[in-house]
Amino acid sequence: MTGNELASDQPEVFEFSEENQKLIEGIIAKYPEGRQASAVIPLLDIAQRQHENWLPKVAIEKVAEILDMAPIRVLEVATFYTMFNLKPVGRHFLQVCKTTPCWLRGSDNVLKCISDKLGISNGETSSDGLFTLLEVECLGACVNAPIIQINDDFYEDLDYETTSMLLDNLRNGETTKPGSVIGRNQSENIDGATTLTSLKETDGVVPAFSKTIDSK
Amino acid sequence: MLKDEDRIFTNLYGWFDRGLAGARKRGDWSNTRELLKNTPDEIVELVKASGLRGRGGAGFSTGLKWSFMPKEVTDRPHYLIVNADESEPGTCKDREIMRNDPHKLVEGCLIGGYAIRACAAFIYIRGEFYNEAQKLQTAIDEAYDAGLIGKNACGSGYDFDVVLHRGAGAYICGEETALLESLEGKKGQPRLKPPFPAAAGLYGCPSTVNNVESIAVVPTILRRGPEWFAGLGREKNVGTKLFCISGHVNNPCNVEEEMGIPLKDLIEKHAGGVVGGWDNLLAVIPGGSSVRCIPKSICDDILMDFDSLMSVKSGLGTAAVIVMNRQTDIIKAIARLSYFYKHESCGQCTPCREGTGWMWRVMERLVSGEAEIEEIDALEKVTKQIEGHTICALGDAAAWPIQGLLAHFRDEIEDRIRNRKGRLTELQAAE
Repeated sequence: MTGNELASDQPEVFEFSEENQKLIEGIIAKYPEGRQASAVIPLLDIAQRQHENWLPKVAIEKVAEILDMAPIRVLEVATFYTMFNLKPVGRHFLQVCKTTPCWLRGSDNVLKCISDKLGISNGETSSDGLFTLLEVECLGACVNAPIIQINDDFYEDLDYETTSMLLDNLRNGETTKPGSVIGRNQSENIDGATTLTSLKETDGVVPAFSKTIDSK
Repeated sequence: MLKDEDRIFTNLYGWFDRGLAGARKRGDWSNTRELLKNTPDEIVELVKASGLRGRGGAGFSTGLKWSFMPKEVTDRPHYLIVNADESEPGTCKDREIMRNDPHKLVEGCLIGGYAIRACAAFIYIRGEFYNEAQKLQTAIDEAYDAGLIGKNACGSGYDFDVVLHRGAGAYICGEETALLESLEGKKGQPRLKPPFPAAAGLYGCPSTVNNVESIAVVPTILRRGPEWFAGLGREKNVGTKLFCISGHVNNPCNVEEEMGIPLKDLIEKHAGGVVGGWDNLLAVIPGGSSVRCIPKSICDDILMDFDSLMSVKSGLGTAAVIVMNRQTDIIKAIARLSYFYKHESCGQCTPCREGTGWMWRVMERLVSGEAEIEEIDALEKVTKQIEGHTICALGDAAAWPIQGLLAHFRDEIEDRIRNRKGRLTELQAAE
């Protein structure tokens, strides 16, 4: 229940691009006939992606029109879910997880780095319009904590220094590979996986994997 | 320790090809058609016999849950809903399944869907998992292209669709009826039960909601036989389980282990031990943020399964182990969780909407010590007034971490309040 408010400066019109209109047709078709309201989150997501990562009122109304929903119902959805931005955000939307598992691993240092380098705190956008910071709740990658989600990508295993490097790269237009910033593959023990190692040679295939239930 | 041969998620770490070809090598989709020659009821019985308990937190028998579905499809189609809204703090296991072993889930959808006579599965994935959703969608597309799902799935004569649906950021949508509301295009606010989803779920049709891990293990259980799965772990707490070990361990990681593994082994053998050594352990939240924490004295010999943890008034939950060492301000750690629940309350029920904010504010004062000793009892009373008095379990989930803190660390809270008062008195005396 975020209770977000709409932006004060609103554009007059919003139209889905031709490409997105096709996409939308395909999405609505995934749901049973008459249940097109199910597509409201996917459509709002497409609208937001088309509109510099935020949702203007006209886009919400457009989605309502396409799905034959009352605009207030779509507005309810747009304000209920945290991933819908109702105000403009920076090009790099920094979502820092600070729930307990990330906090235990030093998410305060990540936030401090952002504050030191960019001078922004929760909900603010840097003066150059490049960065917006939002403190968010658990992102679901807790064994790779602390984490920042930047637009669609997770950056994991961060500390003050690596956050600083990450921000420098973004500012200089250089890309950083998403995932762990300390060179860890994924979620295995960084000193070497403690399981599955015997399956490496067999391509993950379980050797004596022959037993099956009696089939008719 | 579980042998690699007995692990289900052999691509847990993404070392191998996640695509259909790689999945086939690992045994997925190998004899699905034969498996589907069992009747739906036979599959339900096999899953019951395996002893599989739901991996999403509640630990209810998966087979039994399936058996609640109507035995015949009338004018209302049946649906299988896969809960991939993984958001319980500490939990990050379904993410690994979806990005590294997605075909296990897709095949599980087909078999599980067949068992409950569903025409389709909807997988509701949390919106933040954008890249994971892409990978899962690729797997779904591959399965369609190969005729494994869709019309005449695997040549079985059975038609089955799999639809991936992305959410948009709301912890509450992990609650099964809130998920259904969200999937129908509404705010994610839980429904009153009854009616249960098996009677009236998605679009008012009979539905079953299962966690990703519960569904993804089903094909392997059927292939290797329910007795293989039931032979791992302890009675009523069987099989393998994905554990997520986070917090103050030297090497946080995800790992698949045998149900009932001692917590100490899990932390020391897989996660490189507690930062500062085992004796530096303060407490562990053993099953995701919603369960009560347990102090070191319990951690020393507790087994990681549903009934063991239940016996110490905690729970296995999602098997997300959050480790805190002696350098942790545990009052603050729990206060942070209180903030989480305040943030995630859907606002529907008064005890939760008002209570989560109230509890968080009191918790913050316990953190700073700016409270009266009597407030600890008041806080405990309020947790009891919220627990069990809301439509869904979020109210309970907000109450339990605080109850755990009060049960095991009350002295620490009282000391902090007294110390602060002592300092104030000294200051006044000095003036």
